[in-house]
Amino acid sequence: MRLSRPDETGRFGDFGGAFAPETLMPALRELEAAFVDAWADTGFHADLDHLLSTFVGRPTPVYHAERMSERLGLDLWLKREDLAHTGAHKINNTVAQGLLTKRMGKPRVIAETGAGQHGVATATACALLGLECVVYMGEKDIERQALNVYRMRLLGAEVIPVTSGAGTLKDAVSAALRDWVASVEQTHYIIGSVVGPHPFPWMVREFQKIIGEELKQQLDGSSGLPTPEVIVAPVGGGSNAMGVFYPYAGDPDVDLVGVEAAGLGISSGKHGASLGHGSPGVIHGAMTYMLQDDFGQVLEAHSISAGLDYPGVGPEHSYFKDEQLVRYESVTDDEAVEAFHLLCRTEGIIPALESSHALAWIIREAASLHGKTVVLNLSGRGDKDVQQIAAMYD
Amino acid sequence: MTESGQQRLAELFAGVKAEGRAALLPYLTAGIPTPEQSVELFVAMAEAGADGFEVGIPYADPLMDGPVIMRAGEQALRNGVTVDVALRVAQQVVERTAKPVLVMTYVNPVLRIGIDRFFEKVASAGVSGVIIADLPVDEALPYLVAAKQAQVGIALFVAPTTDRTRLVSVVESNPSFVYAVAEIGVTGERSANSANTRALASRIRALSDVPIVFGVGISTPEHAAHAAADGDGVIVGTAIVRRVLEAQSHEEAKAALTLAVSELAVAVRRSR
Repeated sequence: MRLSRPDETGRFGDFGGAFAPETLMPALRELEAAFVDAWADTGFHADLDHLLSTFVGRPTPVYHAERMSERLGLDLWLKREDLAHTGAHKINNTVAQGLLTKRMGKPRVIAETGAGQHGVATATACALLGLECVVYMGEKDIERQALNVYRMRLLGAEVIPVTSGAGTLKDAVSAALRDWVASVEQTHYIIGSVVGPHPFPWMVREFQKIIGEELKQQLDGSSGLPTPEVIVAPVGGGSNAMGVFYPYAGDPDVDLVGVEAAGLGISSGKHGASLGHGSPGVIHGAMTYMLQDDFGQVLEAHSISAGLDYPGVGPEHSYFKDEQLVRYESVTDDEAVEAFHLLCRTEGIIPALESSHALAWIIREAASLHGKTVVLNLSGRGDKDVQQIAAMYD
Repeated sequence: MTESGQQRLAELFAGVKAEGRAALLPYLTAGIPTPEQSVELFVAMAEAGADGFEVGIPYADPLMDGPVIMRAGEQALRNGVTVDVALRVAQQVVERTAKPVLVMTYVNPVLRIGIDRFFEKVASAGVSGVIIADLPVDEALPYLVAAKQAQVGIALFVAPTTDRTRLVSVVESNPSFVYAVAEIGVTGERSANSANTRALASRIRALSDVPIVFGVGISTPEHAAHAAADGDGVIVGTAIVRRVLEAQSHEEAKAALTLAVSELAVAVRRSR
């Protein structure tokens, strides 16, 4: 059964909690109190709803992908988060956390970013709200997402390269947390996914669940429209997936499928499938499925998609997995790239490589999904990935 | 060994208290630059006047540590320093120096081994106490129980940001000592004396006589003397680790630590 909120220790079943240095704990408690207060305040909702409709462009449309449907032998609909301002669902969370930052009276924001979408969305919210913004980004991701780095700088953010570890998302989260340990009194950390210590996983889910709530209204079975039978979303940290899944979790008529990165193949060990092939442990302050070795050391993940290149996952997904509310599958880099090309040519939509993973699973499973109404959460647009794809064919 | 870790720790704090001073507890990552040489470095620090030690168990994602200790941890992990190897280093330090040894780690390696089993391993290595950097009091209960069972000491953290409610729950959890974070931030050297130690100590003292050990940002003899004036122990980490990472040879590292620790040892003795 889905839980409307975690218990008083911040847990969804066995998962979650807050394993953080003491220096941060009072700020986490303060954040929880500020969030609870804001979320019960109609004034906060009014401000947020206004920005979501006039600045972000919500509700995002649901698009009937007829040519893909015909090709795959199923009824495919796309929830167009790629059409939200800045090109992904990330902005839902950053605008809300930005408003919360103002409410807490903190002048400075830090964030981590993998693909750069969360960094751009945070920089955008900070420009909008007049907040100082610093974004941590792994140096490997800076290389593969140069366009987003420039966008963040245009928006007035400082981008700090992270050279520790593999220079990817995990290292960027750690660097942001280290900054926060030192700056906590004046700074809010806008974490980009349903990960991290309590209350982040819960709060970010609440800010992202608008995706699924809109979908419920958009495909409600009325006026000739269907209702979803299968909803598919990519899972790195898992915020877009949580956003679209949560309102449907526990509905016996809808299958929910989260798609993780199988990278170069699960057997290669170079993947990002924390739920499918990891084990429970503590990463970035939460108990959750993660990639770790026999000694409890965090392993490097691998994915062609920077947003899925992460060795942990949101703790509520771990709960959903164990409760069997969501099925978690994985697809390889190659399958995702193939799906990326197919959507470009068949529908005139360039998807993010993250979203391409979810599409690749639908393509692979087309036979078993035959005739079904399938919704793909198209979490982001692929402009940021064009350079990387181009480089593969040079 | 007839004495438990808890007892050795209590004796350490009682001993320095009788001398009217704080204990000097240098930190070094286990296995830096090699397991054998790190044992030698701890022995050299004991001879230079350290009262006990904090042996760092290397971790891949140390959220409480700055760049120097992170780099030491990465190097140790590349050299294959697992929890077991680190505990062997700690055990040899205990045997060679007869000083109390604390180990410092993060939650996940402990969970992987199993909380109870980890504390049993720690006890059988002769280690006196455990510091877990990402374990706040809210999550500490199973660790406190396991530590008690194994008769090993355990620290809980208090930071300058800790409010009164949290402080009360820390002291009421009966840790063997409080690790009082002297600076808001990760481990690393600072240029000035901590502005927080006096106020932190008096806030803790108002509630309890639990031993207070200061750490984070204590880099120089002057800093150590300043913190020692209000605490029962002082941990110096990054300043020690940096000297080992910068040394061109084992002999150079040994000489650098001997000098640094003897100056620190003088400082904690003249602080009051």
